[in-house]
Parts: sequence; C-alpha cells; structure tokens
Amino acid sequence: MNIQIRKFYYGDIPEEKSSASTYKTEHDTTAWPLWEIFIRSKQGLDHKHVGSLHAADAQMAIENARDVYTRRQEGVSIWVVESKYITASNPEEAGELYEPAVDKIYRHPTFYNLPDEVNHM
Amino acid sequence: MSVQDLEKIFQDAIDSEIKIEPKNWMPDAYRKTNIRQISQHAHSEIVGMLPEGNWISRAPSLKRKAILIAKVQDEAGHGLYLYSAAETLGTSRDEMINDLHSGKAKYSSIFNYPTLTWADMGAVGWLVDGAAILNQVMLCRTSYGPYARAMVRICKEESFHQRQGFESLLVLSQGTEEQKAMCQDAINRWWWPSLMMFGPKDSESTNSDQSMKWKIKRKTNDELRQQFVDMIAEQIKLLGMQLPDDKLKWNEQRKHNDFGEINWAEFWAVVKGNGPCNKQRLEARRKAHEEGKWVREAAMAYADKKANQKKQEAA
Repeated sequence: MNIQIRKFYYGDIPEEKSSASTYKTEHDTTAWPLWEIFIRSKQGLDHKHVGSLHAADAQMAIENARDVYTRRQEGVSIWVVESKYITASNPEEAGELYEPAVDKIYRHPTFYNLPDEVNHM
Repeated sequence: MSVQDLEKIFQDAIDSEIKIEPKNWMPDAYRKTNIRQISQHAHSEIVGMLPEGNWISRAPSLKRKAILIAKVQDEAGHGLYLYSAAETLGTSRDEMINDLHSGKAKYSSIFNYPTLTWADMGAVGWLVDGAAILNQVMLCRTSYGPYARAMVRICKEESFHQRQGFESLLVLSQGTEEQKAMCQDAINRWWWPSLMMFGPKDSESTNSDQSMKWKIKRKTNDELRQQFVDMIAEQIKLLGMQLPDDKLKWNEQRKHNDFGEINWAEFWAVVKGNGPCNKQRLEARRKAHEEGKWVREAAMAYADKKANQKKQEAA
C-alpha cells in the first residue's frame, strides 16, 4: 500500500485531499453588499475601523455590527459605510506620497535644542 | 517591475515583519494559500457551532445555557471575521460557502465527532478550544494583516471558551460517581481527536515548508502538539481525571511529556469524509443555507423598496 502523507496545517487541508461532491449551492441572485464598520469604543475617542460585514441596507449593517462587534461593551457608537464608497491610496504610490515628509525633521519638536532652564515648552 | 523584483520586495517585507495588506502585491500562491487556510478556518468556526448547538436546549441549568449560547454566538462572529478577511483577497462569500457545501473546502475534522453527553460541552471547551487557541495565538502574528487582526479579536474572545469548559468539568469532577464517570468518559473520547487537530507529524511532510517561509504559520504541528500535551497533562491533575494514554509520561531529558502514537488511519478517514458525523454536519449547513434563502432575498427586496421610496420623496 502506498500512502503518501503530506503535511497540512490546522484549517489548511489541500484541495486534492478533499472529496468534492457535485453538490452546488444555488447562487444567490441578490447578494447583500459589503459594509465597513467603525466603532467608537468610548465617548471622547475616534471611531476606529474594526472590520466588515454583509447587510441588505445601512440599518441592518448597524444592527449586525452591534451583534458582531459590541457583544462585550466594546462600543458606544457605530458608523457603517458601504465598502464600494471607500477610496484607498495605492501602495505603489507610497513613495511619492509619503517620502517628502521624511527629510523634514524640523517639523518635530525634538529638532530644537533649548536650554534646560526653559520649562513648559 | 519584474516578478522577481516584486517577489523580493514581498519576501523582504515578510522577513522584516512588515504585514502584507490587501492592496500590496503578493505571489499568487500566497494569495491562494491564504484564501484556502482562512476560509477553512472560517468554515471550522461555523460548523463548530453544530456539535454545541446540540446541547443548548438540554443544558442542565439556565446559567450553563446562557454561557453556551454566548459561546456559540461567538463562534458565529469568529466565522464572520474570518470570511471577511478571506474576502479581502478577492474571493466572495458565495464562492466560499459553495466550496464548503460541495465538500471542496474542508473544516477542522474535530467537528465530525458527536457530542454524546453534557460533559462533552466541557471537554470540547477545555480540549478542543484549548488546542485551537494554541494555533490561534500563533496566528495573531501571521503575515497577512487582515488575518492577523481577525485572530487578535478571536483570541480575546476565545479564552472564555476554554475557561468555561474547564470549570464545567471541574464541577462534574467534584460531583456524584455518575457525574465523575461522565467527565472521564468525555475526556477519553475527546483526547485523541484533539491531538489530531494539529495535523500530521512534521517528519511525514513531503512538502517544502512554504507556509513557514511566508510566515503564514510560525510553529510546526509537532511543536504545537507538544505544547498542548504539556499544558493539558498538568491541568488534568486538578480535575483528578486520567488522560487515556498509558505512554503519557514526563521525560526529564526532553523536559516534555512523551505520549503515545495517534491513530493516523482514523485521522485520514475523517478528513476524507468518513468520520462519524461528516454527512450530518454538511447536510445541516446546506439545509440552513437553503432554508434561509428567502430571508436573504426578502431583506434585499425590502432594502431596495425603501431606497426607492427615499428617491421618490427626494424628487
């Protein structure tokens, strides 16, 4: 008997090891859109991106976000925005965008040497 | 830029512990491996709800019932975090669900074992979640950003799962003779499948270890398994129970516990779909998906209708 054992990791079973059936889920004709979720963890702090979820509309996105992201009092306020409305910068343009700031160290307070006698500055 | 240059930039980032984010260039194989691993991990969370759901209506007290519901609800959330992380790699929820339902994608084999008594809820929390946590703690440092962030969130929530499991067994272990026997029986049945959760032995690998090089995974199966055995061998003393392995023994030289051989034939049989509950689990998932179809459609139709009403009001 020729058994070849391959290593695979937890949650990572190679596809050729599986015994796929011909079962086919009927594709949903109306897939719910994706929403990005932002949570304010407490009064006075910024809303912070926590993840995303699918929902039919904004109201449902808020309700689902409540259930998924605030089960342990992680938030006091929720923002949701449909993912397609987010425009992100391109990582390939990181050079042009952020490098000009690298040599402007005079924008930081530590650039300036002041006598020790100067307090509160 | 050539592919070789891109690959070098990619590997340099990984070597200097910079996370890979969705819009960064990545090798196709890295993307595929992550999609497969993250989605299978998500499926494990979702299917993992089934053996526990079995006991919600039969929990011995309101307290235990509330705890179990909270735990199962967490698993659903964990599945969602992971599906979302996989979606950032360009796959869709629909595709992933379909792959689970067709049997193409796998989930952790542990959930193909039945939960026969109430004590199984304790054993699952303590052993199964305990084994999962070791993997998940490691995965908090995985190289793909969205996966790592999902794991951090999951680990925060998961520690209650293991603690409630142990506490539940502790209560049984101090109970009547019958309860003690039930506790020991659950441990006997869940111990070996829990060890199998870490996958085949390192020495039996015929693959080059790409996942380690890409820092998707940072510890080998055997390292994690040994860590688990050492941890549980100590904890079980507090329960006054036995692990079903007569070869389990502290090895002073290795500073680790030695333990017996896993039944690999059983392991592969369950992976290939011949475990005690494989068929039942998949059928339950398919049924839930099919019977929920009208709800998903109705919610979308309602959202469309409201959006149209808003438009007309504005006009």
